Amino acid sequence: MKKLFRNLTVLFTMLGLGLILTSCGTRDTSNASVWQNAEKTKSITWGVKADTKLFGLMDVKDSKIKGFDADIARALTRQMLGKDAKANFVQVSSQTRIPLLKNGNIDAIIATMTITPDRAKIVDFSDSYFDAGQSLLVKKGSPIKNVRDLNKPGTKVIGVVGANSVENIKKFAPKAKVLELQDYAQALTALKSNQGAALTTDNGILFGMAVENPGYQVVGGTFTKEPYGIAINKGQTDMKSHVNKALKEIVKSGEYNQIIKKWFGNVSGFNYKEVER
Amino acid sequence: MINIISNHWQTLLYGLGQTLLCSILALFFSLVIGSLFAIMEVLPNKIAHTIGRAYVELFRNIPLLVVTMFFYIVIPKFFFQISGFAAGTIGLTIYTSAFIAETVRAGIQSVDTGQMEGSRANGMTYWQAMRYIVLPQAFKIVIPPLGNQFINLVKNSSVLAFVAGFDLMYEGNTIASTTFDTINSYLVVGVLYLIITMPLSYYMRYLEKKSNRGVN
Repeated sequence: MKKLFRNLTVLFTMLGLGLILTSCGTRDTSNASVWQNAEKTKSITWGVKADTKLFGLMDVKDSKIKGFDADIARALTRQMLGKDAKANFVQVSSQTRIPLLKNGNIDAIIATMTITPDRAKIVDFSDSYFDAGQSLLVKKGSPIKNVRDLNKPGTKVIGVVGANSVENIKKFAPKAKVLELQDYAQALTALKSNQGAALTTDNGILFGMAVENPGYQVVGGTFTKEPYGIAINKGQTDMKSHVNKALKEIVKSGEYNQIIKKWFGNVSGFNYKEVER
Repeated sequence: MINIISNHWQTLLYGLGQTLLCSILALFFSLVIGSLFAIMEVLPNKIAHTIGRAYVELFRNIPLLVVTMFFYIVIPKFFFQISGFAAGTIGLTIYTSAFIAETVRAGIQSVDTGQMEGSRANGMTYWQAMRYIVLPQAFKIVIPPLGNQFINLVKNSSVLAFVAGFDLMYEGNTIASTTFDTINSYLVVGVLYLIITMPLSYYMRYLEKKSNRGVN
């Protein structure tokens, strides 16, 4: 009896500790206005990718994040808060970006994030700022020519945890097995080690990989439409309207097309005129 | 939390199964391999001692993730195909066996040298003395630290998530990223890990008590 009592005490202490831990996570940050804070500090903290060539890639030489997403974020920050405003970058992955936004670590996500109805229930999206589509990266000479070739039992497709391309491929090739890796760098290494027949995600990201790795090519065109949006916490309506306004302005001034040309102008197999606005 | 469990119980169950399978395989093989290297380390033979020592120092001092990634990425590239599950389990086995070797070695060396000398004086060979006199006492001594290693092993099996091994952590990641309910997803995963480790923890405690009977 005494022993049972002691064991129960241990169990309840554990439960108590668990409760304390979880209550930390439920802190509500949606009350604080992101926009007011941005105006006050003259800075916006953006969540960007750091492992994605062309969109957001950490340059090891000067440890700055460089890419289309990062440049758009800088342009938007200047447009919204003036020339001397500062865009801060926090590295995110497909898996960590929503929790980081929800916890208030970042003000907005600009990290190759497709606008989907499921995500729109959790966060608010700006208007789309880039029109991507899902595609496949394979080794040159691979028998895989398009997404239908993957729809065979025993075929393995590599994706990244938290990317909606993984959900899409389950619809387009339900018989294939999807291996979800931690980030794009790891996914690419896994493809090189023949852990899967193809790597699937949005074409822009795949072209970035193909630029770096000449033995690999993007095949099959795009089989989905993936409009990228900037994600902002629910309830931050003034932040959202300012982002949308700034987005329209940089498109109108031609800055948007300059950034498109800077990053996608020299990518072979990718017609940058198609994504210009 | 109830939502996560009722919508994804199949995925979670599969993950739990993979984690259990990986843990049991790694536990068995790391115990065998670890004990072998422990014996090598205490052998009077210089070469055997050096090999045992080198193995332990090498794999004890490399992060588990590096060992696992080596099997997942390097081996398929240059040698043969290996799945994420296999790579993770092999990595976990090698890593844990180094720690178990150290634990068991300490156990063997803590058995009074008089025990070995006495057995040899009574006509036993070195191996007989090891097998019947020293090792049983050594294992009795190392049950508590060994229990620690086993619990660590179960938790370390979450390394499978990094190589798409479809274990509990991997499934937790996918559920968290599809439902966006990060807190509850990882809570469920944490509880499922507890379901494996708590009984293990209590069993090791029970073994410890049982083996101490008659000693004190």
